[in-house]
Amino acid sequence: MDTDMKVQKLANGYVIDHVPAGNGLVLAKVLDLTAANGETLLVGTNLASGKHGRKDIIKMEDRILTQEEESKVALVAPNATVSIIRNYKVAEKRTLSVPGAVEDLIRCPNPRCITRLEPRQSFTVEGTDPVLVRCRYCERTLQGNEVGENIVTG
Amino acid sequence: MSLLDKDIISMRDLSKTQVTGILERARVMDERLKARDPPRSLAGRMIASLFFEPSTRTRLSFETAAKCLGGMVTGFSSPKGTSVEKGETLSDTIRTVEQYADAIVMRHPYEGAARLASEAVSIPVVNGGDGSNQHPTQTLLDLYTIWKHKGTFDLKVALVGDLKHARTTRSLAYALGMFGADVALVAPKGLEMSTEVVDEVRQQWGTNITEAHDPATSLGDVDAAYVVRIQKERFADPLELERLQRSYRITKDTLASLKSDAIIMHPLPRVDEVETSVDHSDHAVYFDQAYNGVPVRMAVLEMLINGGDA
Repeated sequence: MDTDMKVQKLANGYVIDHVPAGNGLVLAKVLDLTAANGETLLVGTNLASGKHGRKDIIKMEDRILTQEEESKVALVAPNATVSIIRNYKVAEKRTLSVPGAVEDLIRCPNPRCITRLEPRQSFTVEGTDPVLVRCRYCERTLQGNEVGENIVTG
Repeated sequence: MSLLDKDIISMRDLSKTQVTGILERARVMDERLKARDPPRSLAGRMIASLFFEPSTRTRLSFETAAKCLGGMVTGFSSPKGTSVEKGETLSDTIRTVEQYADAIVMRHPYEGAARLASEAVSIPVVNGGDGSNQHPTQTLLDLYTIWKHKGTFDLKVALVGDLKHARTTRSLAYALGMFGADVALVAPKGLEMSTEVVDEVRQQWGTNITEAHDPATSLGDVDAAYVVRIQKERFADPLELERLQRSYRITKDTLASLKSDAIIMHPLPRVDEVETSVDHSDHAVYFDQAYNGVPVRMAVLEMLINGGDA
């Protein structure tokens, strides 16, 4: 019996691989992947992975990954790889690097943070595995899943 | 590195060299105050004291510090009657005050308010407390008090009480780590300092940190005990609260278990966690600690406005 899941190849778009198991859907939300125009979108979760045991994967057709979106991916899945697909082939493969500081990407969840009164978002990155960020204003830290939960979507 | 035109928002922003510079300058200020001859280095300078929520010690000691240096003070002790009540943003209030003053000292109920204010203006901003986040000049005066009484930081300092909610103990643990002191955390179960803070201090400074729950058996080898109150609003069970308040109260009996030269500190205001009978013992330094707010804040204001090595 063939146990592999068959998925059609992308003509153009990107693949985000080696996403920690369970974070694929978070990442799809963070990147606002809705496939509203009929593109192919695949979010695979808990797939077998030699490296990590289980992993998630995202395949998105006809979209490019902007620098800002790449930073978002790095915050949720710092060890992910991004493949850019052109004409059914991997045109470019990139590993991600977590930025030292993130502006306008994460909303501080602290209800007593001054950014609730005067909206702005600025975090410093203090750890990458797992990702640990600190609000520049109230100094609250967010770690792991909390980071993904508070990334500004869209 | 000079502190001229810098802001003092969080202990995390200050280097050990800068903190040492402030402590040394505070000692000079302390001596000059005692000699009734403070330097008039802020003559003609205006300090804005903006207290968006109440304070006794911080506001009065900052204003006293500015006046002792020959400076002038403007500002408010409550936002009542200011444009804040009309909905003015903090940034706009601060930019307006910048037109009148050479430096701003502020307390605000929202965390991060002082950082945001410092980004809105080019004059120095000193954080006098932002919600439950930071209160760096309190930490500086706590450090100064320890240094003044003990002459070194090669010490073991106990932080005693509700370490989960007390703002002052988090910053002080960080600062004690910076200066190489050993730290003993003595808190009731459930009110321990957060592991995030403890881990940060250990990782940043390699601090030797021990944790205990019973003050009766934990203070015999410490050089300083920094006591904070058990916050009654955190307890649902009044009997448990009473038991803890009793076991965490510093009494004359507690003094017998301390080293003869150990000091007892408290950021004040106290409720009943240090009995008034302790006030007259040689161990009690908390009113001197409150006084030390003046020379430390004189040092800070002078260094931010006029410069001076730190």
